[in-house]
Amino acid sequence: MSRQSNRTTDSKKMNSELFTLTYGALVTQLCKDYENDEEVNKQLDKMGYNIGVRLIEDFLSRSSIGRCQDFRETADVIAKVAFKMYLGTTPSVSNWSPAGDEFSLILENNPLVDFVELPDNHSTLVYSNLLCGVLRGALEMVQMAVDVRFAQDTLRGDNVTEIRMKFIKRIEENLPAGDE
Amino acid sequence: MADECLFDFLHMEIVSHMYTEQQSSKGEMDNKDRAVCVSVLESMGFRVGQGIIERLTRDSPSFKDELDVMKFVCKDFWTKVFRRQVDNLRTNHQGTYVLQDNKFSFLTQLSSGKQYLDQAPKYLAFSCGVVRGALSNLGMDSVVTAEVSVMPSCKFQVVVQKL
Repeated sequence: MSRQSNRTTDSKKMNSELFTLTYGALVTQLCKDYENDEEVNKQLDKMGYNIGVRLIEDFLSRSSIGRCQDFRETADVIAKVAFKMYLGTTPSVSNWSPAGDEFSLILENNPLVDFVELPDNHSTLVYSNLLCGVLRGALEMVQMAVDVRFAQDTLRGDNVTEIRMKFIKRIEENLPAGDE
Repeated sequence: MADECLFDFLHMEIVSHMYTEQQSSKGEMDNKDRAVCVSVLESMGFRVGQGIIERLTRDSPSFKDELDVMKFVCKDFWTKVFRRQVDNLRTNHQGTYVLQDNKFSFLTQLSSGKQYLDQAPKYLAFSCGVVRGALSNLGMDSVVTAEVSVMPSCKFQVVVQKL
């Protein structure tokens, strides 16, 4: 029986490794395909965006979270529900701007970067930039335009990984011309 | 621990990205472009397969023979990577193995029948690479191909290369 339970916890961890290894293979391939780190960062963001616009559907159907009343609630949902559900880690929300439209997610550990080291010639590569795209895409589908970027990254020598999210505007739903 | 569906989404996006990139530089895809995409995906899978098998077999004893390796691939390895076991393993005992998975995880969401059959190879290339990478790190050089006749069932053919 205990062997059985070992298998299940192992298999969840293993899936995380599968994801991490696949992400690593992707970044490596992108570095080969594109000449500079800026291009790779852009591609990762674009791919993340495409994933995010689909992931939000999965998220909304699996969690029973209703509409958030304000940006603070959004931040809490992202950190405590979404990150926990998908990456198994709960970042802390902090560094709110005075206007309440910008905050930081501090991640103690980032599953994407298990086993990863950045070589010296890729110092401007934002390895986990996919995450920024995912957050941007997902929030756009719930009518929020946000700007997401990495402020600190453990791969580049910082102590923690910090994602900075800034609310830009609410996206109005556009009715097709000719309707009502 | 990353959630399972994240891997599915990532895989879908990788396939889509590779094909869009190849297409945009040429305008229209021909067979050569398709082959390039497939081989890029396959080589990515190869690296992943090598890594996965290292982690998976860290503490297990060495395998008795080729058939033992293939049985391991069909059970533990397939469970870890594709979340189920292989349904059927056939061999001619001369280095060729056919692994049949009747509900292959990347195909279940595409269709259950003949629809989109021509799209299936795109989503199998990475997996072929994963299997080839795993076998390679277990000491077996092989050629892995996949074929689909009815979704979501698919057959992986492994031909072990004798030195």
